[in-house]
Amino acid sequence: MSAPGSAASGVPHLDIDPFDMKFLADPYPAHQQLREAGPVVYLDKWKVYGVARYAEVHAVLNDPVTFCSSRGVGLSDFKKETPWRPPSLILEADPPAHTRTRAVLSKVLSPTAMKQVRDRFAAAAEERVDALIEKRSFDAIADLAEAYPLSIFPDALGLKPEGREHLIPYASVVFNAFGPPNQLRQEAIERSAPHQAYVAEQCQRENLAPGGFGACIHAQVDEGAITPTEAPLLVRSLLSAGLDTTVNGIGAAVYCLARFPDQWQRLRDDLTLARGAFEEAVRFESPVQTFFRTTTREVELSGARIGEGEKVLMFLAAANRDPRRWDSPDSYDITRRTSGHVGFGSGIHMCVGQLVARLEGEVMLTALARRIAKIEITGEPKRRFNNTLRGLDSLPVTITAA
Amino acid sequence: MPAITFIHPDGKSDRIETSGGESAMQAATRHGIDGILAECGGNAMCATCHVYVDESWFARLPAVTDDEDALLDGAAAERLPNSRLSCQINVTPELDGLVLHLPDRQV
Ligand code: HEM
Ligand code: FES
Repeated sequence: MSAPGSAASGVPHLDIDPFDMKFLADPYPAHQQLREAGPVVYLDKWKVYGVARYAEVHAVLNDPVTFCSSRGVGLSDFKKETPWRPPSLILEADPPAHTRTRAVLSKVLSPTAMKQVRDRFAAAAEERVDALIEKRSFDAIADLAEAYPLSIFPDALGLKPEGREHLIPYASVVFNAFGPPNQLRQEAIERSAPHQAYVAEQCQRENLAPGGFGACIHAQVDEGAITPTEAPLLVRSLLSAGLDTTVNGIGAAVYCLARFPDQWQRLRDDLTLARGAFEEAVRFESPVQTFFRTTTREVELSGARIGEGEKVLMFLAAANRDPRRWDSPDSYDITRRTSGHVGFGSGIHMCVGQLVARLEGEVMLTALARRIAKIEITGEPKRRFNNTLRGLDSLPVTITAA
Repeated sequence: MPAITFIHPDGKSDRIETSGGESAMQAATRHGIDGILAECGGNAMCATCHVYVDESWFARLPAVTDDEDALLDGAAAERLPNSRLSCQINVTPELDGLVLHLPDRQV
C-alpha cells in the first residue's frame, strides 16, 4: 500500500501550514494555492488531507457517514488521543446520537424561538448605538462587536451576572483547541482551567434563569428527549459556540462596511439589506475558517483515494471565495445571493445557532445604518490570532451621526 | 424537465425550468427568483423558502414532515393550510406545471 497522499494516489503534497502565524495573518494567497493545486491536497506538516474548493468542501460536509465528526472536528483523532475536554454531544457526534441532541437544540433555537427574542435584541442594538454616538471615537471590536452580543446573549441563555468575563476566553480555548499542537493551542489549554470551571458550573440547571435557552434545554429532560447528564453538556455547546462566533461575525460585518463605503451607502439607502450585508460578511470573512472530519472507510473523492482513519481539513473560507462557485468572490457585495455559502457549514451539522447569529447581525447593522452617516477607520486594525476563528483584536473608528 | 411557476404577491409570475432531482428552492435560487431567500441553503433550518402551494396542487405533494411542520410555525409571513418549505419540495416529473405563490416576506 502506498503512503497516505503519496504521489501514487495523485494527490499533490503541499508545504503549507494553515495554522502558522503568517498563514493566519493573510490566508488568501495560500487559499488560492490550495484551491489551484487540486480538488484534494495533502498537507505534509500535519499529515492531513485538505479540501479548499467549494464542490469538495460541500461534498465532505454532506457525507457524514464517510466523513465523521465523532473522532473530533479538530486535528486530534479521538480514537487515538484523549480529548482535552469531554466531547461535545452534538458537534463531535454522529447519527443516531447526533440526531437526538440536534433535535433538542434546533427546537430551542428555532425560528419560532427567534420571534420571542427579536424585540429585545433590537432594543439592545439601539441602546448600543446610543452609547457609540455619544463616544464618537471607539474600538469597534471591544465597544461594538463584543459589547453587543455580551449585552444580550448571556441574558438570553439565562446566565448569572457574575463571571461572564470567562465566556470569550473560554470560547477562544475551544476554537484554538481544534488546531494542531502549536503554541496557540498549547497556551490556550494551559490557561483554560478557571474558564472550564466557570463553564461547567453555569451549565447546571439551578444556575440558569427560567425562560432562557439554557432552561429550555434542561426542560427537554422532563420531556424525556435527553438525560439529566446530557443537558449540561448541551448548554455547554451554546456557551462554546454562541458568543465568540457572533463577536467575529459582527466584527467582520463592521470591518467590511467600514472598508467599503459604497456598500455602506447602499445599506443606508435601503435598510432591508442589513440581513444580507451580515450574511455576505460571513461568506466574505468566514469567522469560522476551518473544521476537520475523519474518514470512516477508504473513499475516493474527486479522483483522490483517501484511506480509513484519515483527517480531512475543510477550508470553509477558501470554499466561500472559490471562483468556480462565486462571481467576483473577492468583492463584498451586500446584494449578492449568498444562499449555499458554507460559513455556517452545510448538512446535518450546519450551525444550529445560525438564526441567533443572523438576528444579532441584522438588528445591529440596521441600528447602525439608520443612525450613523459615516464610519472611518482611524488606526491600524489589529488581528486576533486563533487556530479556527478569524477576526480582529481592535479596530479604531470614528463615526459621524446621521 | 419539469417546469414550475412562481407567482409574486403583485400577481407577476415567473415560469422556470427545473433540472433533474432539484428542489423548488434550488430551481428558484438558480434562476434568481426574488422572494425565495433560502438562508440555510436547503438544510431545513431557516423557513426563508416559504411558499403557498396552489390549491390545485397541494394534495399532490408528499406530506409535511414533523420538522417542516415545526419550522413553518416560525415562518415570517402568515402560515396558511397550503404553506410549505420549497426546499422540501422535490420537483419530480409528476409535478410538471406546479404553481407556487410567494409570501410577502421571508424574514
Ligand atoms: C457568525 C456566527 C457563527 C458562525 C460563523 C458559526 C459557524 C458554525 C459552523 C461552520 C458550524 C459547523 C460545524 C461542523 O460542521 O462541524 C457550526 C455548528 C454549530 N454552531 Fe455555529 N456559528 C455561529 C454562531 C453560532 C451561535 C450563535 C450558536 C449558538 C447559539 C452556535 C452554535 C453551534 C452549534 C451548537 C453547532 C454544532 C451543530 C451540530 O454539530 O449539529 N453557532 N457553527
Ligand atoms: S432553505 Fe432554509 S428551510 Fe428551506
